[in-house]
Amino acid sequence: MSYRQLATLELDALREISNVGLGNAVTSLAQLINRRVNMHVPRSYFLPLEEMIALVGGYEELVGCVSLRVLGDAPGLVLFVFDEESTYNLVDMLMGQPAGTTRVLDEMAESAVREVGNVLTGSFISAISMMTGLYMVTTVPIFAFDMLGAVLSSLMVAAGRVEDQVLVIETELFHEEETPVRGHFFLLTEPGAIDRLMAALGITVEEQTGGK
Amino acid sequence: MELTRNANDPLEIQVGIADCKVAREPARLITLGLGSCVGVSLYDPVAKIGGLLHFMLPDSTQFNNVTKPAKFADLGIPYLIEELRKTGALLPRLQAKLVGGAQMFSGLDNKMVLNIGQRNVEKAREMLKKFNVPILAEEVGGNRGRTMIFDTATGLVSIRMLGSKLKVI
Repeated sequence: MSYRQLATLELDALREISNVGLGNAVTSLAQLINRRVNMHVPRSYFLPLEEMIALVGGYEELVGCVSLRVLGDAPGLVLFVFDEESTYNLVDMLMGQPAGTTRVLDEMAESAVREVGNVLTGSFISAISMMTGLYMVTTVPIFAFDMLGAVLSSLMVAAGRVEDQVLVIETELFHEEETPVRGHFFLLTEPGAIDRLMAALGITVEEQTGGK
Repeated sequence: MELTRNANDPLEIQVGIADCKVAREPARLITLGLGSCVGVSLYDPVAKIGGLLHFMLPDSTQFNNVTKPAKFADLGIPYLIEELRKTGALLPRLQAKLVGGAQMFSGLDNKMVLNIGQRNVEKAREMLKKFNVPILAEEVGGNRGRTMIFDTATGLVSIRMLGSKLKVI
């Protein structure tokens, strides 16, 4: 399975779609934790898995990762990666506890992080769905809290995304003040999904090199 | 005792994801962050040559367009054995150790491939059996990520997990 050559126009359109979706997601997160949340402008890349890991941090860095699959007209995979400190901070904010209360991730804390992923992805997808008129639903979130390299490689394998390079839309979410939250967001579309997103937006791009 | 080199700090060689490297002693082959992936070390204790493979999936036959043999157990293990033989190791002397094959995520639904880690471990055992390579030790399964450090001078494999002591097999 491989992507055909994506035109600049398509990459720009994908970035713009993600920008709208993420704007909506960030607003939801801000409401949920009652804090201001910022994001960078999303970037899109074709990357091998190793470089995707390097975007976030070191292979052995402890991270929390929530992931959901997107099903429907434009299938794909959404994942959020938070560093250790941010994972704890998110839990405290969500549970209305003073910052620093959470130092280990118990079942309750885990489900809180899972819920953050759920809310973020849900609002991300519903914005895109509204904009394009495509039918998109998400699955139940899955969660891991361990070495970055182990988490991301296992996720790619479990999702069947083992091509040499994947198309990644990436951004950083951050909340600066007293309890920082820093996270990475990734959207991995499946090859056919891009065409359907483009078509829904009325962008037609001539077929370049071979099909899927 | 050699004075020119610090014995505690031999050459370190990184093995990436879907990658495979061979080295003579003194060298340490390291692969970081094994999750459901499996690390296979093969060692010829007489020639003191070792190889380390970090594969992702059990079976290449379900994929077309296979570019990296080291991505799969069924291709990567024969490939590693061949590389070792080219370097001077003998197949009948090879000894294997397996690390990884964990289930990292909780809440996996049935749309995701279930227990790929376990299938990876099983396939590695099957392939090693095919070549009559004995497995001396394993540190597999569970739900933790692991870093694998293989010392080609001794054949010992150290396993690092977050929040745990270094384990040597």
